[in-house]
Amino acid sequence: MNTKAANSGSGQTQSGRPARLSLADWMPKIVMAPTVLVTLVCIYGYMIWTAVLSFTGSRMLPSYNFVGFEQYERLFNNERWMVALSNLGIFGGLFIFICLFLGVTLAIFLDQKIRAEGAIRTIYLYPMAISFIVTGTAWKWLLNPTNGLEKMMVDFGFVNFKFDWLINPDMVVYCLVIAAVWQASGFVMALFLAGLRGVDGDLIKAAHLDGASTFTTYRRIILPSLKPVFFSALVVLSHIAIKSFDLVAALTNGGPGYASDLPANFMYTYTFTRSQIGLGSASAMVMLGCVLAILVPYLYSELRGKRHE
Amino acid sequence: MSNNAISRKTSGVDKALRVALYTVLLVAAAFYLIPFIVMLITSLKDVEEIRTGNLLSLPAALNFDSWAKAWSSACTGSSCGGISPYFMNSFQIVLPAVAISTLVGAINGYVISLWKFRGSDLFFAAMLVGCFIPFQVILLPMAQTLGWLGIANTTSGLVFVHVVYGVAFTTLFFRNFYQSIPGELVKAARLDGAGFFTIFYRIILPVSTPIIVVTVIWQFTQIWNDFLFGVAFSGFDTQPVTVALNNLVNTSFGGKEYNVDMAAAIIAALPTLAVYVFAGKYFVRGLTAGAVKG
Repeated sequence: MNTKAANSGSGQTQSGRPARLSLADWMPKIVMAPTVLVTLVCIYGYMIWTAVLSFTGSRMLPSYNFVGFEQYERLFNNERWMVALSNLGIFGGLFIFICLFLGVTLAIFLDQKIRAEGAIRTIYLYPMAISFIVTGTAWKWLLNPTNGLEKMMVDFGFVNFKFDWLINPDMVVYCLVIAAVWQASGFVMALFLAGLRGVDGDLIKAAHLDGASTFTTYRRIILPSLKPVFFSALVVLSHIAIKSFDLVAALTNGGPGYASDLPANFMYTYTFTRSQIGLGSASAMVMLGCVLAILVPYLYSELRGKRHE
Repeated sequence: MSNNAISRKTSGVDKALRVALYTVLLVAAAFYLIPFIVMLITSLKDVEEIRTGNLLSLPAALNFDSWAKAWSSACTGSSCGGISPYFMNSFQIVLPAVAISTLVGAINGYVISLWKFRGSDLFFAAMLVGCFIPFQVILLPMAQTLGWLGIANTTSGLVFVHVVYGVAFTTLFFRNFYQSIPGELVKAARLDGAGFFTIFYRIILPVSTPIIVVTVIWQFTQIWNDFLFGVAFSGFDTQPVTVALNNLVNTSFGGKEYNVDMAAAIIAALPTLAVYVFAGKYFVRGLTAGAVKG
């Protein structure tokens, strides 16, 4: 088959225009066909399917009795969903902000001809290689109020030290932030460090010759040139935040009560364990909306930027 | 290179700054390292030592009992055979899924960058969006489909799911890599009579080693660490290790055994940590490529 394809392929190129469509012309399309099919069905088809389900009264099994926007109405009247949404706001906002701050700071500090830079970098980044389930398990132990951090600080002499965030409904969401920052901030550092290494050295030398201090050089020249890195980090981090599911499952299991639920956990609970498929689908569509709200402007500006170049 | 910190005169202020710099970096390093050290210490203590000591107190003697228990006799929800069967499940899911998604991604990337056809760029863009959708949107339809295909709750089902949603990323990696191969190379080979697969096999594949390594590591880490698909689509005896670990930690009959939990967590993290330690460079490259070019 190979040789046949090869022969007809070359015949086509030599004559410039194909007399008839040969196997070689079809080959790229044939090998891409399964991926095209799967993408159309399993991404776009399923998306539409879930959208359709979100307008039905489906409970334990999908059914197709349409109820309009009823499920969305129920969703936004559901206290648990509103808690999950506001948790996403707090968690996402803090997680993104702290990761960016730590990431930029550590990257700049590491970029000062540090001894053993490689080793330090390796230490900063290793949490990114492990599963959120492992991260959650570890922090569940570190933050547990009886034997964890609190006991250690008391042992160290801080007798009144109290740390019960993991079982405090008002504070538990910050436990998610701590664990998620631990896992992802090293990755942001790596992104910015790669960006810093790409900054034009002549620009920096020129600034120094003009008498600019290191601080001014960073603030006026280097950091502004890292804007693209900043935006990719922002997109990746918000994406991680919106999709966060495993961290909650392992660290708090949504508790105490449902105080630390995130939308992804809400969706899973209602769809798979509470037999509320319609409501679960509606929540999934809202999550998709959040992602698109971030992604579409980003892709748009990326593509436009490339056209300008 | 920005080497702004080099100053010709090392005044006292500079020295102080330098000390502050190292202090911050080392404190940060401690923040990242300590959780793992605590896990390790805890896994080597017995329950009594955990109860009386604190996070950083060292065990009196190295005690590997909890490792043995985590591996072969701890209870994970339905059964009490440790996490070893699920550790093996993960390998059975990860290896075929990585191999298939990498191969498909390589061929897709080859077509999209060197055998463009009408609509191939548009399709690539459509696929990129697929990298970013929250998977909650496809969970239920996929569960139904797996049921119809008769592979619900099976290892093959999980392999299928991971391939389907991994191909977008692998295609992206290979496409970006093959973009830099000049199209003339393929044209010349075609004039010489080489066909689609011959060119791929003889010209493209031999230069692809770096991107294959990056892709394999990326996919291995992603699929090994997956929890969502594992918990949604696996049966009792096909659960990946992440799901088993979560069950182990959350099912406690009687007293909580944190040492066993920690040993199990480290075991579950070992394969990807090993990959990171031995091929960190490629791991980082995959991370940054996925983020920056995405």
